[in-house]
Amino acid sequence: MDDSHLSSAAHRSFVSDSFALPKFPDTIEWRTGAKMGRFAGVDYLLVDSLLSEQELLVRQTARQFVDDEVLPVVREAYNQGAFPRKLVSQLGELGFLGANLEGYGCAGMSNVEYGLIMQELERADSGVRSFVSVQGALVMYPILQYGSDAQKEKWLPRLQSGEAIGCFGLTEPDFGSNPSGMRTRAEKRNGEWLLNGEKTWITNGSVAEIAVVWARTSEGIRGFLVEKGTKGYSTSDIHGKLSMRCSVTSSLHFSDCVIPAENQLPCAKGIKAALACLSQARHGIGWGVIGAAMDCYETARTYTLTRKQFDDKPLAGHQLVQEKLVWMITEISKAQLLALHVGRLKDSGKADAAHISMLKRNNVAMALECARISRDLLGANGIMDEYPIMRHLCNLETVKTYEGTDHIHALVIGERITGIPAYR
Amino acid sequence: MKIIVSVKQVPARDSNLRVASGGKWLDDSDLSYEINEPDAFALEEALQLKDAQGGEVVVVCAGPERAGSTIREALAKGADRGIHLVLPEDAVLDALSTARLLRHAVKNEAPDLILTGLQSDDLGYGQTGVVLAELLGYAHATIIMQVEVLDGALRVKRELEDGWFQYVTLPMPAVLAIQSGIKKLRYATLMGIKRAKMKPVETILAASLGLELGRAAIERVYLPARSKQSQILTGAPEQVAAQLVEKLKFEARVL
Ligand SMILES: Cc1cc2nc3c(=O)[nH]c(=O)nc-3n(C[C@H](O)[C@H](O)[C@H](O)COP(=O)(O)OP(=O)(O)OC[C@H]3O[C@@H](n4cnc5c(N)ncnc54)[C@H](O)[C@@H]3O)c2cc1C
Repeated sequence: MDDSHLSSAAHRSFVSDSFALPKFPDTIEWRTGAKMGRFAGVDYLLVDSLLSEQELLVRQTARQFVDDEVLPVVREAYNQGAFPRKLVSQLGELGFLGANLEGYGCAGMSNVEYGLIMQELERADSGVRSFVSVQGALVMYPILQYGSDAQKEKWLPRLQSGEAIGCFGLTEPDFGSNPSGMRTRAEKRNGEWLLNGEKTWITNGSVAEIAVVWARTSEGIRGFLVEKGTKGYSTSDIHGKLSMRCSVTSSLHFSDCVIPAENQLPCAKGIKAALACLSQARHGIGWGVIGAAMDCYETARTYTLTRKQFDDKPLAGHQLVQEKLVWMITEISKAQLLALHVGRLKDSGKADAAHISMLKRNNVAMALECARISRDLLGANGIMDEYPIMRHLCNLETVKTYEGTDHIHALVIGERITGIPAYR
Repeated sequence: MKIIVSVKQVPARDSNLRVASGGKWLDDSDLSYEINEPDAFALEEALQLKDAQGGEVVVVCAGPERAGSTIREALAKGADRGIHLVLPEDAVLDALSTARLLRHAVKNEAPDLILTGLQSDDLGYGQTGVVLAELLGYAHATIIMQVEVLDGALRVKRELEDGWFQYVTLPMPAVLAIQSGIKKLRYATLMGIKRAKMKPVETILAASLGLELGRAAIERVYLPARSKQSQILTGAPEQVAAQLVEKLKFEARVL
C-alpha cells in the first residue's frame, strides 16, 4: 500500500502568521449548543417508516425552518396581533408557497410533502399556516387551474416568491356555510365587469396585492382577479379577534368596481370551481392541525414529567394524567395515518371532497381536544403565553369554523353514506 | 475551485438513544439519522466558497445504504455530485480505514480543497480528516472557523483554547477540519430537493476495493452514571460569588 509512509514533512510548508486573543471569545451565533429545543417529532406508531427519503427531507427543511425562524417570532406576533411579514420572503425562497403546484417557479411537491410542510408550520402557529394555505391553495391554485396564460405569467412567479400576497374572497356577511347564496354581483358593461358587494372574514385581505373574488353573474358564479388599487375596491381589517391573531383578517368592499375582462378567471365556472380550491386547502388543514396537536401533546408530556405534586411524584406518574397523555398520542397517531392515507389518495388522483371532509373534520376536532386536555394538564401555567397551548387552542377554534365547519363536513360525509343531503 | 466535502451520517442528536441488548452499540430500531453536525458546517463552508469563487463541490460519504439520504441532502443544498462508499450496515471503522476509503474516492479527483467536520458526533475520533491529509500528502489544519482563499493558498482561523485563535497560511491542496457553528446553515429548499434527483451519485462498494479495513472493536456502550454532588462554598460574599461564577463558567459551563 502506498500509504505506508504516514507522514511526509515536505508538504508542511505553512506558516503560522499570528495568534490573537480577543477580549471576549468571538460571538458565535450559530453555535450548536444555542440551538435550543429542536423538535424531535412525535411518532409513536413509526409512521415515519411509511415516508420516503424525499418526504423526510422536505419535512426536515420545514421543521428546521420552523424551529429557527418561526417559533422565535410567533408568540410576540400573536400578542401584538401582528402578521410576521418578514417570514413571507423566506417561505417563498424555501418553496413553501404553492409547493405542490407545477411550473412558474413552483417545486411540484407531492400532496404528502405539502402536508408535512403544513404540519410543521402549524406546529408553530395556525395563523402562519393559514397564510401559506391561502396563498398556495386558494390563490395560486385557482390561477393555475382556471386562469389564462397571461394571468399565470403575471401572478404565479410573484406569488410563489412571496413578492405578492393574495387573498380569497368567498364568504359574505350573510353567507358563510352556504356560500352559493352569495350576493356579490358582477355585471358585464362595455366589455368590462362591474363588481358590487362585500366579502368578509378574508385572510390576508388588506395585505393582498391580488384578490380572487367569487361573484354571481347572469351565467352563474364566476371568479375574478381584483388587483389592489382598483377603483371602487377597498378593504378594512377585522379587529378584536381572540383567535388567529398573527394572521390578517379583513373585509373587502366592492362599489362599482371596474374589472377588466381579462381579469376574469376564464375556466372557473360555478360554485364548484371555488369548492375545488377549498378541497386543496382543507387537505392541508387536515395535516396542519396535527402539528398543533403535536406541540400541545409534547408540551404537556414534558411538563407533567417535570412538575411534581403529591409525594414528590411527577404529574405524569398519576394514572389520570397518563390516561390523558395516552388519549392524545393515540388520537395523534390515528390522525397521522388518516392524513397520510388521504394524502396518498390525493397523489394518486383518488381523493374526493368527501374523503377530505373526513380528514379535516376528524383532525381538527382531535387537535382541539388535545389543546384542551394539554391546557388542563398544565394547570395554571396552561393559561400563560409562555406556553403555546392557549394560543393553539384559540387558533383551532377558527380552524374548526373556517374551510367548512365541523357540522358542514359531517353533512358532506352524511350525504356520501346515506345519499340524502341534509343541509337544508 | 474544486472542493470535496466528506460527510458522515450519524444517529440524530435528538433521537431516543438506547443501548442495544448486548451492550455494544445503539438499538437502531427507532433511531433516526442525520448529517454529522460539524460536517454540515463543512458543507456550508464549501458551498459559500463555491458561491464566491465558482467551481465544484463534491460530497463523499463512507457509510451504509441509508447514508445515501445524507448525500442527497447535501446535493439538495447545492453540492454538484456525490460519491458513496457503501459499507455494511453494522460497520464501525477506525479512522485510518475510513481515511483509506476516502482517499480512494478522492485520489482521481485532484481537488484544491477537502473539507471535513472536526469530529463525528457518534465516535468522535477527530482524526479522520488529518489522517486523510497524511495519506494524500496534503497540508492540513483543524478546528477551522474561517477560510480565506488567497492566491493559490489559504489563510484560516483556528480556534484554540481559552478564547485564543490562531491564523495560519497554508498551501493548496489542503484538508481542513471545520468547527461547528461557524456560519448559518442554509436549508435544502424544495427546488433544491427536486434538482438533487438529477445530480449524479457514484456508488462504490467498499468491499470491492480490496482495501485493508480495520474495524474498531467496541467493548461496551453505556450511559454515563449520574451522580449528584453538592458543594457548599464558604468565605466572604465577594469571594463566594467569584468562586460561584468561576464554577458556573468552567465546571458547569452554563455561563
Ligand atoms: C379567522 C378566519 C379566517 C377566514 N378566512 C376566510 C377566507 O380567507 N376566505 C373566505 O372566503 N372565508 C374565510 N373565513 C370565513 C369562514 O369560511 C366562515 O366563517 C365559515 O364558512 C362559516 O361561516 P359563518 O362564520 O358565517 O358561520 P355560519 O354559517 O353562520 O355557521 C354558524 C354555525 O351554524 C352551523 N350551521 C350552519 N349551517 C348549518 C347546517 N345546514 N346544518 C347544521 N349546522 C349548520 C355551523 O356549523 C356553525 O356551527 C374565515 C373565517 C375566520 C374566522
